[in-house]
Amino acid sequence: MARRTPRPPVGSPFHLLVLLCSFALCAYAGVRLLDGDRLMITVWFVGAALIHDLVLLPLYAAADRALITVTAGRTAWVNHVRVPAALSGLLLLVWFPLISGRVSERYQAVTGLSADGFAARWLLITAALFGGSAVLFAMRTGRRRPAPEE
Amino acid sequence: MARSSLPGRLPRGPFSPGFWRSPLRGTWFTSVLGVVLLAGITTLFVTGLVSYAAYNPDLSPVNDRTPDKGVLGFYLFSWPTDPPWLYRLTQGVHVTLGLGLVPVLLAKLWSVVPKLFTLPPARSVTHALERISLILLVGGALFQFVTGILNIQLDYIFPGSFYPLHFYGAWVFFGAFLAHVVLKAPAAFRNLRRMRRGEGEEPDPELTAARPDPPTVTRRGALGLVGGASLLLVATSAGRSIDGPLRHTAVLTPHGGPDPGHGPGAFQVNKTAEYAGIRPDDTTEEAWRLTVTGRTGTVRLTRADLLAMEQHDAALPIACVEGWSTSDQAWRGVRLRDLAALAGHDEPADVYVESLQSHGTWRHAALSAGQVADGRSLLALAVNGADLTPDHGHPARVIVPAAPGVLNTKWVTRLTFGEL
Repeated sequence: MARRTPRPPVGSPFHLLVLLCSFALCAYAGVRLLDGDRLMITVWFVGAALIHDLVLLPLYAAADRALITVTAGRTAWVNHVRVPAALSGLLLLVWFPLISGRVSERYQAVTGLSADGFAARWLLITAALFGGSAVLFAMRTGRRRPAPEE
Repeated sequence: MARSSLPGRLPRGPFSPGFWRSPLRGTWFTSVLGVVLLAGITTLFVTGLVSYAAYNPDLSPVNDRTPDKGVLGFYLFSWPTDPPWLYRLTQGVHVTLGLGLVPVLLAKLWSVVPKLFTLPPARSVTHALERISLILLVGGALFQFVTGILNIQLDYIFPGSFYPLHFYGAWVFFGAFLAHVVLKAPAAFRNLRRMRRGEGEEPDPELTAARPDPPTVTRRGALGLVGGASLLLVATSAGRSIDGPLRHTAVLTPHGGPDPGHGPGAFQVNKTAEYAGIRPDDTTEEAWRLTVTGRTGTVRLTRADLLAMEQHDAALPIACVEGWSTSDQAWRGVRLRDLAALAGHDEPADVYVESLQSHGTWRHAALSAGQVADGRSLLALAVNGADLTPDHGHPARVIVPAAPGVLNTKWVTRLTFGEL
C-alpha cells in the first residue's frame, strides 16, 4: 500500500486545521505587529529564535561539555561548578543592561535612583553562589572521608 | 526505517541522532517543563490582556497606542477602581512571573533542540506547517520575553514603541502557542500520567539520546536547578512591589534597593521632573494655574484656590506597567468629582488630563467617568503629610485607585471634563 505514493503525504487533517487556524490568527496580529519598521521587527522576531538556537544554546552547551571534559567525569564536583555558574550566568543574561551599565545614565535620570552597584551586587551574588557551593562540597567530602575504618 | 532519503550518506553533526548526548532529554523532562509553561504563559497572557484593558484604550485616542487593534480588543471593559491594589497585583504578577519563567523557557527550548535538526525536514505537509509554526512559537516567546525584560530596564533598543510591539507580538505568539498546546498538551499530560503509574516515559527517538553520555545529574536534579533558578529570579525581584526593607531584597531589579530621597516623598518615581522637562519657573505659586473646562465654561484656579476647596484623603499605591509598585501612600487633595462639579458636571464625566510635561508619551491621558466618580480619585496636592515634591508632581497630580501609574498624570495643568 505504501508503494503507490511518491507525493508527500498530507498528514493529520485535524492537525492541519489547527495549524491553519493558528496561522490566520498569527497573520491577523502579524500585519499589525509589522506596521512599522517591518524589516527590523522581522529580524528581531526571527533573529531571537536563531540567536538562541544557533548561538546561545551551543555556547552554554559547549561550556558545559568543556566542564565535564576538564573534570574528567568526576560527577561529585561537576555540579558544584555547574549550578553556581548557571545561576550567575542567568542573572547576567537577564539583567545585562543594568549590570553592564549601558542604561546607567538614563536609569539615573528617569528614576532618580542610583544606577551604580548593579555590577558589584551581581559579582557579590556570584561570589556567594560559588562560595556556598564550595562550602557544601567541602562538607559533603568531609563527611565522606572519615568513613574508611580499617 | 531510513532517516535520510539519500542512501549511503549519513547525516552529520547536529543532524545525526548520535550528536545529542545528554541523558536528561526525553519526553518526561520536556512534558514537565511544558506543563509548567502552559500554566505560566497562560497567566502571563491573561495578566497582559488585563494590563492592556487597564489603560482604557477604548476611552480616548490619547490612551490608545494600538488604534489598529481590530478584534484583538474584543474583550475591553471599563477598568474598575476596586480593589485599589488591582493593577499592582496583576502587573506585579505579570512581570515577576515572567522573570521567573525565563529559566523554564530556556530549559524547555534546550530539551527539544534536537527536534530542530530532525531529518527529513518534513515528513508531511502538516509536519512542514508545524515546523513553520514553531518559528512563530519560539521567535514569539523570545521576542516577548526580550522586549519585556529590556523595557523594564529602560533599554529601548527594540525596533519601535513598546506598547504595540509587546501587544501585537503577544497575539502572534499566542496564536502559535494555542496550536502548540492543542497539538502537544494531550501527549504531555498522557506522559505524566504514565509516569505516575510507573510505566516509564513514552519513547521519542527525536528527544531521547541514541547514545547517551553517562549522567552527571539526575533529571530531578536538573529540574531542581531550573526551579531554583526561577526562585532566585523571583526572590531578587518581588521585593520591588513593596516599600520598606523588603524592597532591599530586589538587588538586581530596577526600582529595587533603597527608596529615592528622604522624608514624605521618599517613594518610587517613574519619571523625575527634570527628565520630564518640567521648568521650575512654570510651577511657582505665581506662574502655575489649573484650567478646568466643562459644560459651564472654563475656570482658572491657583494652588491657593485648590487648597481652599474641601480636601480629601486617600491611601493609594502607585503601580507601574514595568512591574514595580509602592505601598499605599497617604494622598491629600481635591476630589476629581468636585472639580467636575465646578465645571458644571454634577454627574461625573470623563476627563482629559494634560500635564506641563513637554515630551513623553503619557503627558496627556483620559480617565473614565467611573474613575472620576470614585471618591478616592484626587487631584493631589500633598502626600504623606507634606506638599508634593517636584518629582511626585508638584504643584498637583492625579491619583486614581487601581489605575496604571502613567494614568496618574503629574504636573497637571488642564482638566477638560465631558464626553471624550
